[in-house]
Amino acid sequence: MWNTVFPYLLSGISVGGQYALIAIGYTMVYGILRLINFAHGDVFMVAGIVMVYLSASGLPLWLVIPMVLIITALIGFVIERVAYKPLRSAPRMSVMISAIGVSYTLQNLVLYVTGGLNKMYPTIPGISETVMVMGAKTKMVTLVTPVLTLVLVVLLVTLINKTKIGMAMRAVSKDFETSQLMGIKINSVISATFVIGSFLAGVGSILYFTNYPTVIQTSGAMPGLKAFVAAVFGGIGSIPGAVLGAFIIGIMENIIKGLDVILFKSGLISAPLGLSTFSDAFTFALLIIILIVKPTGLFGEKTTDKV
Amino acid sequence: MKKFVAILLAAMMLLSVSALAENVVKIGVYEPASGDSGAGGKQETLGVQYANLETPTVVIGGEEYKVELVYADNGSSTDKAPSAAQELVSAGVSVVLGSYGSGVSIAGSEYFKNANIPAIGLTCTNPQVTAGNSHYFRVCFLDPFQGTALANYASKALGAKTAYCLGELGNDYDQGLINYFKEAFEGLGGTVIVDAFPTNNADFTSYLTNAEMYGAEVLFCPVSIAYSTLIIQQAASMNLAFPVLGGDTLDSNVVVAAAVGTNIDLTVTTFYQEGANPTFDEGFKAWLNSDATALANNGGNDMISAVSVMGYDGYYMALAALQAAGTTDSAAVMAVLPSMEIDGASGHIVFDENGDAVRNSAFVKKANTATGDWEFVTEQTVE
Repeated sequence: MWNTVFPYLLSGISVGGQYALIAIGYTMVYGILRLINFAHGDVFMVAGIVMVYLSASGLPLWLVIPMVLIITALIGFVIERVAYKPLRSAPRMSVMISAIGVSYTLQNLVLYVTGGLNKMYPTIPGISETVMVMGAKTKMVTLVTPVLTLVLVVLLVTLINKTKIGMAMRAVSKDFETSQLMGIKINSVISATFVIGSFLAGVGSILYFTNYPTVIQTSGAMPGLKAFVAAVFGGIGSIPGAVLGAFIIGIMENIIKGLDVILFKSGLISAPLGLSTFSDAFTFALLIIILIVKPTGLFGEKTTDKV
Repeated sequence: MKKFVAILLAAMMLLSVSALAENVVKIGVYEPASGDSGAGGKQETLGVQYANLETPTVVIGGEEYKVELVYADNGSSTDKAPSAAQELVSAGVSVVLGSYGSGVSIAGSEYFKNANIPAIGLTCTNPQVTAGNSHYFRVCFLDPFQGTALANYASKALGAKTAYCLGELGNDYDQGLINYFKEAFEGLGGTVIVDAFPTNNADFTSYLTNAEMYGAEVLFCPVSIAYSTLIIQQAASMNLAFPVLGGDTLDSNVVVAAAVGTNIDLTVTTFYQEGANPTFDEGFKAWLNSDATALANNGGNDMISAVSVMGYDGYYMALAALQAAGTTDSAAVMAVLPSMEIDGASGHIVFDENGDAVRNSAFVKKANTATGDWEFVTEQTVE
């Protein structure tokens, strides 16, 4: 039984960690701006494309990876300055529509650059190798992802709880106007949030595309959407919630893909039922159920605020 | 200032009138240039462009006409296909070529039908594209044939007893071909397990684990190029012990590039084998190497994709029909198409009563993972 379930669990933990890194970006921006940054999944995809082109230019890998992360963080910064900052005092809906606009702009830019052809992601030595874990074959990145995710989350939580910029972030997320009156430079706090969120999306993209090495302009859509569901599931605005939600969604999704085999092997069914078809339907059904039963998510703050 | 603008406008009108004076016949190229099948659509378009370069004019009713290709990107998706089809209809094309992908061909079909414009399918292999339609023709083989050929190959040449089939949910091409494969393979005494993955899925490890758990001896995945490269790379990193089979979509240099340096056993059926028509091969390669855009659209090297050959043949079929009709009127072209016959680069093409090309053999090719080339294995026929 364990031998049957374990490979699926392993894929689930790996993909969950990658969703988590994207979900943090969603949840942080929401916590501070009350904005669902729909372009976040596309920032993740652009990070993948940047990696493809930078490594094709012949630069060494130890230079390319930091460059990708810096460029991704910069892209996040520029998006905020260009598309969201001018709308700071506009109704929240306008910013959301602007975010959707950014999402399409990024997708179409990449479509233009790549000509709609899928690009092969470069292999990164060390994490691309296949390893055996307790009888299941997987890539090294599967083992690296959860560890790296947890380390980054601990660092991030420390940053938010112990540093000055972190304190400013917490203040801004509590009350936007008052913190402005208290002399907090909200623009730099918001920029910092976008830079951190995009940086993590960049890390996530390196891990994700090492596992699934094809990048096209729509590559960010599904992971972005799932990470968003994870953020809502964990309680949007809460970082531990987003991480937990992402792991739960990643694991459940992969268990459902293998549910037929698991049931079949344990003798509960005699022929496959085709349940793997419903792996995505499950994710979104989960979103609906959470919104009905516990609209604030697992760790969500109680609020009378309505979106 | 106003005067100047007025003169400019008048000059432009004059120019456009003089452009109209030249005889032009429009051929619609209804192909995906983006989306999951973008790579394949571009290679198919290359064949049409090459043929157009070779023969840019056609004599219709005693007058020489310049052939203008009108492109419409159907985005590989059935929801974008209708607007692309309408674009071609309003451009006033005489005949449509395409598309790569059966789903988008079916989605665009009714718009061509309502406008009385004939369409020549190049590599859409699902029978429903032409079934019951008098306006849709095709120059390639069909899925019932291809599925049976693949099942025969899997069962007889590979000796497999259990096959695991993986396709995209709701994709007419994938599901259709899997269905015909299943029928034929079960008819040969094998067991088939069918799984489907949702659109935009990137994680295939769980599906590949499923295949292993079911004890599959062959993996059949006739999916779009974007998915197939993911499946191949993930299968390679899992060291799958069984061979991978694919349909005509997998016959692409992009796919074979994904398999290079791995120990995967990848075999596909396709329409054309490089070397079958040396004159075409040589000319096409020379053109690819002289045109940087064309080379990029072909995936960066000059390997000939079978879909390009079908595009080439489709273009000449369209020219033959225009010539025979003696007019650029689309309804007249449609009327003569069923009786057309040409000797194309892929062989002699003649239509049956459904408007499908009569073909009884498919080329089986295997990926050479050391050199990154397709190697000819056999010509699979179905008795």
